Amino acid sequence: MVEAERFALIDCNNFYVSCERLFNPKLEGRPVVVLSNNDGCVVSRSSEAKDLGVKMGVPLFKITELVKQKSIVTLSSNYALYGDLSERIMSILRSFSPSQEIYSIDECFLDFSGVNDRVAHGRLIRQSIKQQVGVPVCVGIAATKTLAKLANATAKKRTECGGVFDISALSQSERLDLFAAAPVGDVWGIGRKLVERLENIGIRTVKDFHDSDLEKMKELFSVVVERSVRELRGQSCLSMTEIAPVRKQILSSRSFGTYVYELSDLEQAVATYMATAALKLRTDESLAGALQVFIKTNRFAAPEDLYSQTATVTLKTPTDDSIQLVKAAITALRQIYKKGYAYQKAGVSLLDLSSINERQLSLFQSEASVSRSVKIMKLMDATNSTMGRGTLYLAAEGQNHSWQIKSNFKSPEYTTSWKELPIAHAK
Amino acid sequence: MSENDPSLDVLNESRRSAGFPSPADDYLELKLDLNSLLIKHREATFFLRVEGDSMIGAGIHSGDLIIVDRAVQAQHKKVIVAVLDGELLIRRLSLQGSDVSLVAENCEYPAIIVSESTAFEIWGTVTNVIHEL
Repeated sequence: MVEAERFALIDCNNFYVSCERLFNPKLEGRPVVVLSNNDGCVVSRSSEAKDLGVKMGVPLFKITELVKQKSIVTLSSNYALYGDLSERIMSILRSFSPSQEIYSIDECFLDFSGVNDRVAHGRLIRQSIKQQVGVPVCVGIAATKTLAKLANATAKKRTECGGVFDISALSQSERLDLFAAAPVGDVWGIGRKLVERLENIGIRTVKDFHDSDLEKMKELFSVVVERSVRELRGQSCLSMTEIAPVRKQILSSRSFGTYVYELSDLEQAVATYMATAALKLRTDESLAGALQVFIKTNRFAAPEDLYSQTATVTLKTPTDDSIQLVKAAITALRQIYKKGYAYQKAGVSLLDLSSINERQLSLFQSEASVSRSVKIMKLMDATNSTMGRGTLYLAAEGQNHSWQIKSNFKSPEYTTSWKELPIAHAK
Repeated sequence: MSENDPSLDVLNESRRSAGFPSPADDYLELKLDLNSLLIKHREATFFLRVEGDSMIGAGIHSGDLIIVDRAVQAQHKKVIVAVLDGELLIRRLSLQGSDVSLVAENCEYPAIIVSESTAFEIWGTVTNVIHEL
């Protein structure tokens, strides 16, 4: 008998705020927001801040009055902390399933096919992460990834289900009731613009979308939209291995054909992956505010041969410039590289993504240097698309640089700097 | 594979010279690694800095570095880090029946009795102290 496919989506609750609260318990129960690079916009909100009407992505200057009135705690983003806790969480989650797909810094899919008591398994995951890393997570379970995403949102909304919700355990009519109560924008991948167009043809709820005509969806929109409808109906179209379009972060990683030992080889690999990721970033017309580099040995190696490390760098100014990104990645790599290990995999990811239209000039960056770097990148991408990828490439070099940004309310690097460890009071 | 397998002799110099498998063979390549000694659960282990002298009797001084493992269940008489009044506090945990108290190791600091209304949570169990001389 073919086993029914089951997916679980594990998503951290208000991830950045939860990371901050772990080492600063005073923030518990208070409205807290975390700001994007350069203290621009709200990128994470505690439930108390959500209740006060603070919207995701709103620029800080637009809510200064509310912040003052309600004593909302505003924090600069601390990607070194979030990156470190994310790596711990993902590592624990990996032990709960034979297959894991990390989707962003705070969410991943796990293959739950063959799990007997799925809700109990979900509860165990939730409890383990809460105890070991101290971050609350919710688990959504379903027959497709799109449904798992919806199940996760339901797990977060319905406090009575204890953070775990299995859509596949519902009857068909219960499922349709759930769909009828949710706006179509709750469906994974259905963005604001699509919502408008769907509403124009009378599709307002997830149920309307679920009931829509497949052919018509393909004709009016795209195969991607049609696929979303199929997934809602329980037909799995997105497998675990497939790289989903990630908008919170861009990931580029690969296992090596043979083991790699030398720093210079790793540098080349990391530079190449970063160039790929940067191209994707520019295609999306986005900027990255931070980046992560990881290297690891074969995870089945003997304990003394095991090594895996991740470094996170916050950039001075958000950028899509390959030169800057590669330099930062190489600097980070040199910090985590240890000689004597047989490396099997390396990768980079771009974090804190923002739209290029929101580009903020930092004090240290002139308009001229921005436009020069834009010109170089355009030339590079154009050449590479006509002459083949890699025709023009960057001679990867490292440099010593202190990556300073405007971050007036930044918490200490509790887990990545010996000088900034959290304090245990002996009083 | 038997011990008489000739390929083994070629592969393993020390085994051939001793004529007997040495128990040290398994450790030949191992370097001592403090991480593996001090960190049992990598994902759940955090380092904190001690501030204050209430735990001096347990050999924990101000400025010491403590290793805290959140995966280790807190038990009676163990030194723990607790969340109390919005702060991380290091104390010895005392569990007697349903009574929970946080005991200091310095007579100048009275024990803290945790009542139902206290905002209290166990953050993690202290497994080691690193004290610079």
